[in-house]
Formats: sequence, C-alpha cells, structure tokens
Amino acid sequence: MSANVDKQGGGVLGWIDERFPLTKMLEEHITKYYAPKNFNFWYYFGSLALLVLIIQIVTGIFLTMNYKPDGSLAFTSVEYIMRDVNFGWLIRYMHSTGASMFFVVIYLHMFRALLYGSYKKPRELLWVFGMLIYVALMAEAFMGYLLPWGQMSYWGAQVIISLFGAIPFGIGDALTIWLKGDYIVSDATLNRFFALHVIAVPLVLVFLVAAHILALHEVGSNNPDGIEIKKNKNAEGIPKDGIPFHPYYTVKDFLGAVVFLIVFFAIVFFAPEMGGYFLEHANFVPADPLKTPEHIAPVWYFTPFYAILRAVPDKLGGVIAMGGAIFVLFLLPWIDRNPVRSIRYRSSTYKILLFTFAIAFVILGYMGMQTPTPVGTLISRICAGIYFGYFIALFFISRNEKNKPVPERVTS
Amino acid sequence: MIDQYGSQQQARRQAREQAARLQTKRGRVKVLSRTDLQTGKYQRLLVLTTAAVLAAGSLLYVGQSRAASTGVHLESPRIDQGNDKSLQRGAQAFVNYCMGCHTADYQRYSRFAQDAGLSEEDVSNNLIFTTDEAGERTKVGSLMVNNMTSEYGKQAFGVAPPNLALTARSRGVDWIYTYLKSYYVDPSIATTGVNNLVYPGTAMPHVLWDLQGLQTPIYGEEVHGARPITGLELTQEGSMSPDEYDDLIADITNFMAYMSDPIKETRHRVGMYVMLFLFLLLGVAYILKKEYWKDVV
Repeated sequence: MSANVDKQGGGVLGWIDERFPLTKMLEEHITKYYAPKNFNFWYYFGSLALLVLIIQIVTGIFLTMNYKPDGSLAFTSVEYIMRDVNFGWLIRYMHSTGASMFFVVIYLHMFRALLYGSYKKPRELLWVFGMLIYVALMAEAFMGYLLPWGQMSYWGAQVIISLFGAIPFGIGDALTIWLKGDYIVSDATLNRFFALHVIAVPLVLVFLVAAHILALHEVGSNNPDGIEIKKNKNAEGIPKDGIPFHPYYTVKDFLGAVVFLIVFFAIVFFAPEMGGYFLEHANFVPADPLKTPEHIAPVWYFTPFYAILRAVPDKLGGVIAMGGAIFVLFLLPWIDRNPVRSIRYRSSTYKILLFTFAIAFVILGYMGMQTPTPVGTLISRICAGIYFGYFIALFFISRNEKNKPVPERVTS
Repeated sequence: MIDQYGSQQQARRQAREQAARLQTKRGRVKVLSRTDLQTGKYQRLLVLTTAAVLAAGSLLYVGQSRAASTGVHLESPRIDQGNDKSLQRGAQAFVNYCMGCHTADYQRYSRFAQDAGLSEEDVSNNLIFTTDEAGERTKVGSLMVNNMTSEYGKQAFGVAPPNLALTARSRGVDWIYTYLKSYYVDPSIATTGVNNLVYPGTAMPHVLWDLQGLQTPIYGEEVHGARPITGLELTQEGSMSPDEYDDLIADITNFMAYMSDPIKETRHRVGMYVMLFLFLLLGVAYILKKEYWKDVV
C-alpha cells in the first residue's frame, strides 16, 4: 500500500522503485520491521554476528591478495603479510581474532535462544537455519585454520580428518584419502581447503545468513518475555509493543557494535595471541609432517566437542557422540515441548537444568584443551553425560512443567 | 536532568501498573507480582555475574597459560622491546653467536635498522657477516639468512638448526632465557659434552661457554633410583661475570622477542589511538541511543 504511494514518487528513488523493490525491501526489513521494545543485553549478538561476518569477508579478501596456498610457501607468505605488507599485520590479526570472536558471539547468540525459547514454534526453521550457519561456520573455521600451515594447523587437520576414518565397512579410509587428496595432509589438502575456505563455504554462509534473516522477519523477533507482540496490535496494525527496527535498533545495535569493537580491537592491538587461545603457540612453527607436536589441541571453539569425543573410549563411538552432540541441537524445537518460551516464566527445574548444561559445556571446553588425565577424562564423561542428559531430561520435564503466569504484554 | 529522569521512571512504572490492572480486568492472566519481576532482575544479575566471573577467570588463566612441559621453573628476563640499546647488543650477539648455524629469514636487516634506530650503513657494516650467491656481502634489504645449508646442519648436528625468527612466539621468552642459562657439563653426551635442563638432550653445543664458563650439576637425594639435578654450579669461570652473562642473554632474548613480533611497538601505539577514538565514538553512540529511545516507554 505504502509502497504504491512511494512508487509515484519522482527522482532517482522513484525511478528505481518502478524497476526494483528498493523502498519496499527497506520498509519490510528495516524501517517498518517492528521489533519488540524490550530487547536486553542478549539481543546484541545477532547484529554483532553480522558485523563479524563482514569483518571476516573484507579482511579475508585482502589476505587472499598476498597469501600463497602452497605447502612450501604458505607459512612464509603469512609471515610476509605480517611483516612486509602495509598494515598486513592488522588485517591478519583482525581475521584471526575475528574467527574466535565469531564463535564467542555465536555461542552467546545461541545461548540467548535457549534462555528465551527463541527456537519454539513458529521459529523452528529459523533455529534450523541458525544451526546450519553454525555447522558451516565450523567447517569454515576448521579449513581456515589449516591455511597458516603451522604445526597446529597441520596436525589439527590431520587429527580431525582421521576421525572420518572411524566409519566402518572400508568407507572411512577411502573417505579420508578422498578428503585429503593424498595419504597424508599435504599440499593437495592445503589447496582444496583454500578453495573451500575462500569461496565455497563463504557463499553457503552468506546464503544461509540471508535465509536466517528472511525467516526471522517472516515470523518476527522473539523477546525476553517470550510472548508474541503480534497478538496486540493497534488500529494501524502495528504491534503495540513493537518499535521500528530503524531508527531504534539501528542506534542501539550501533552502540553494541562500538562496545564490541572496543573489545575486539583491544585484543587485536594488545593481545592478538590471547595467551595462545586465539593463535596457538605451536602454530608459529612451520608444518612438519615428520614431527608430531607433544600436545595437539584444537582451537578453543571446538574443544567442547573434542572433549566429548575423547570421553568415549571407542573411536567410532566417540565420533558418533561428537556428531550427535551437534545434531541433537537441531532437534531442540521438538525436544522442548513446553509452550512457554522464556526462562522467566518456566519452572526452577528448567532453570537449574539449563545452567548445569551451560556450565558443563564450559567445563567440556576447558577439558578439551588439556592433555588427557584419568581425572580429566572422568570429569569429561560426567559433563558429556550432563550435555546429553539435558536434552533427555528436557524432553520429559517440558511437557508437564509448572510454569509461572505469562504476561499479556512485554515487561519493562 | 535528574528530575526528567525521575519523571520518566515514574511514567514507566505507571504504565506497567496500568498494564497489570488491565490484565486482571480481562481475567485471563494473573497479575505479575512484584517478586516475579524481581526474579527476572536477579536472574539477569546472576547471568551477568557468572559471565563476568568466567571472563575474568579465563583472562587470569591466559596470563599464566604456558606452563613448562619439562617441569623446570622458567625464569623471566626483564626485557623491553622499546630499548634500542638492548636490541642492538642482542642483535650483535645474535649475528655473531647464533647465525653461524641458525637462520632468521623472516626478518629483514633493513627493518631492524629502522626499528632499532640504526642507519642501514651501520647495520650493513657491523651486523652482516654473510654473503649472497654472487659471493658479495648480503644486501641490507634482504632477509637474515645464513650460509649454512640445512643438509650440512643435519650432518653436523643430527637435526637442521631451526629458524629462530619466531622462537620467542612458539617457545616464549622465558624459555629462551632459561635455556641459555641452563647448560651443564654432561660427559654422557658424546657429541657436545653438554646437556641442558630446559631441553634435555639438545643437539646444540654451548656456544656461549667461553662467556658463561661451565656449569656442573648439583644432585639431590636419591628418588626412585635416580638422583635429580637440583641446581647448577659454575665450576669454570668464563670471560663474563654471571651478572654480565645474564644481561647478555637477556639482550639476546629481547632481540629474539623483537624479531618474532617486530610490529609490537607500533601495534601498541596505533592501538592507543584506536581505543581513544572508539571510546569517543562510544560516548556519541550512547548519547544518540539515549536521544532516540527517550520516547520508548
């Protein structure tokens, strides 16, 4: 309706609008997209994830200009970028810090969904798209980590690819060779990982992010109270508790982005290695296929799942558990059967469950970085049990939970 | 200002109370009691505190993350990458004692000249002892390569001497410093006659022995059939006193730290300006947000 009025407008915008739904799209997604007015701290991470994606793509393009995907040149070319390319160090550190910060943001973004039940009907597909983004992001990070061609890049890739070898019936071995393009991780592997890292997976990621946002704008944003603002509309059909995304959330997210950038650049400029968590120390030694490092640990964002893998004594069992730990998240909308979304109005049992789950996940992450010890393995097993136990318990308790009364309108 | 804020708060409270009243009238949902609202607040507080504690804990942990895998206590040298004199002394020792066998070929001589306040002529005349393929003195703009091939190194030591340009980042400065202090006489090592506490069985001879002298181990009480080394004792003096030697290896460590991360000083300086800008921007963003959100009740 309003788009029709705008179409009659003259000037460049009118000319464009007759040929392309520019104003219509802007209105639908920004200026007339009504978001609940009660977003809190947890709601910054969606826009921040988009910001990090852009940082990664832009810095990645500039890195590609000087990086050489060749087993004998890759490591040196990274040092060349760090030393001889103008501001190459800044671009590289932004990219390496961005990789870790992407996961920080995404984990918080996902935890928000758990807190406020943002995966529940009608947002199941939104959650599934989000999970697909998460899986694509893990693939992207894993392949990107091989490119500096340091010892950890090399041996980390070797270990992770070898996991596929656990698949029985002779498929596993054939599959690992097919993935590597060689019998060991080699130049061939580096080349294909480069291709996948710089074009294939980013394309998938961008496509999925678009789908994620479209799905979000179709169903509308959830909020900390977990109630539908669309149920309470005024005479003009605008949700009473909704405010247009622009300018309200653009200015608010801008504030969040500045706070994020302060943290981000504090790391980039003052602690780019983050004590060995963002850039592992052993990765400053060039890849050497003949020398296995004494301790191989994946980067921190994979360690919760790595700990689950190691907690299972059997190799195939471990791989299944690790895959299952990710896959079970896809099913969350159907596991949680409580119609009440927000943790604010759910039972204390659920609150305890969720926080135990979160703590177990953090402990698993820590355990995945350590060399295995009997005590450590025991702790990992307990936490892995809690991880899967959360979903099982949730399935049963969520049907008959003692909920608190849910308000009609958003609070505060 | 305070008044305005106060009235805003009041307006919000009124709106909330009105909403609650409306809800009771319709009788569909019970009124939110005050405590319900407060638990929400406590929850948020709890979550935020947990997050803060976790973040602080991990930062503390980051500070002391690299424990020595050999179990030897690593000493920290007092070094400063901004100290040009120390870097120059370290570079001098490095090219004289280390670069006979090791390379550092990610680092350029000219870059060092620029960063340590030296002219390219000074560096060329005093720090370059290698030749290029044509047999001429290595150019100042080239990388710090040496003339020993890795094949020869392998023959001579069993392993090719590693590139040292990034050792300070892979092993850490404490490791390098303590390593250079921890050589001792060990007749059981046939090739070099010395061993090292930090890196037992190292293939590298004690190249600084004429400066440090020679140390012999002090053994402790027998444990599990072996007597552990509890300390080292200088039994043959070198040309330097222990303090002078410690200063020298601190300078070498400083130079290696510089070489592993030559941009560090610049990075910190630029970083301060970026932080300053971002904090100013934060103020602007905050005021902007406050202004727009004034009318959201």
